[in-house]
Amino acid sequence: MLMTNLESVPGRTIVRHLGLVQGSTVRAKNIGRDIMAGLKNLVGGELKGYTELLQEARQEALERLTQQAAEVGANAVLNVRFTTSSVAQGAAELLAYGTAVELD
Amino acid sequence: MYELGILLILLTVGYIFGRIAEQRHYRSIIRREAAFRRIPVFATRHLPDDLEPGVRTTLVTGSVVISVDYFKRFLAGLRMLIGGRLKSYESLIDRARREAVLRLQDQARRKGGNRVFNVKFETASISKGAKNTVGSVEVLAYGTAVIPPHRSTAE
Repeated sequence: MLMTNLESVPGRTIVRHLGLVQGSTVRAKNIGRDIMAGLKNLVGGELKGYTELLQEARQEALERLTQQAAEVGANAVLNVRFTTSSVAQGAAELLAYGTAVELD
Repeated sequence: MYELGILLILLTVGYIFGRIAEQRHYRSIIRREAAFRRIPVFATRHLPDDLEPGVRTTLVTGSVVISVDYFKRFLAGLRMLIGGRLKSYESLIDRARREAVLRLQDQARRKGGNRVFNVKFETASISKGAKNTVGSVEVLAYGTAVIPPHRSTAE
């Protein structure tokens, strides 16, 4: 599955538009990481635990996006975008969406 | 009196370690930015017309969660009473954005890319809930890396 946040793929033409596809996941932080983050909040700096948590979550959102795109028979997703929203205290939703297309 | 003592200790620890960490981070950012200058990053939506045939594109991302230290958060809290420029948060977000772009460039390099187009930023504040102060922010940078035909992906 080819993914890009551009509106076209160089050297390929779009044969069919298959509509919007999306993948999302809601994640809560865990206590172990929270304690470390609490300490880090005192001295500042990168919160590696959270960076990893969000990266894993975003990867999962992308996998779901890929899966949905494959279901509609696409071989590429164009104009991919990410958004994040906090659903509740300590939980975040990560959404990836894009346009599924069939390229020649 | 006891509480004031704790506050002072927290502020001192936050100030000293926060300052050291920030200076070290900025030095590292400047050094890596110089090294990654050969992978230019563009915000344009369209690829140039003169691309060699056979180039491939791939989505690349870079993200970081970064937190402000106790001293700066305290200063920002005071600043919010009178309003104005929050310098301590400016440097926090500046560091986060530059770090995210560096990671984006690193991922592009690992995938064999030599340029990144249509870079977008996404910022989320990860609130700690304490008096509505913003403790840490996540910055995500993403874009499309262009891989020249003679190189293969590492992944």
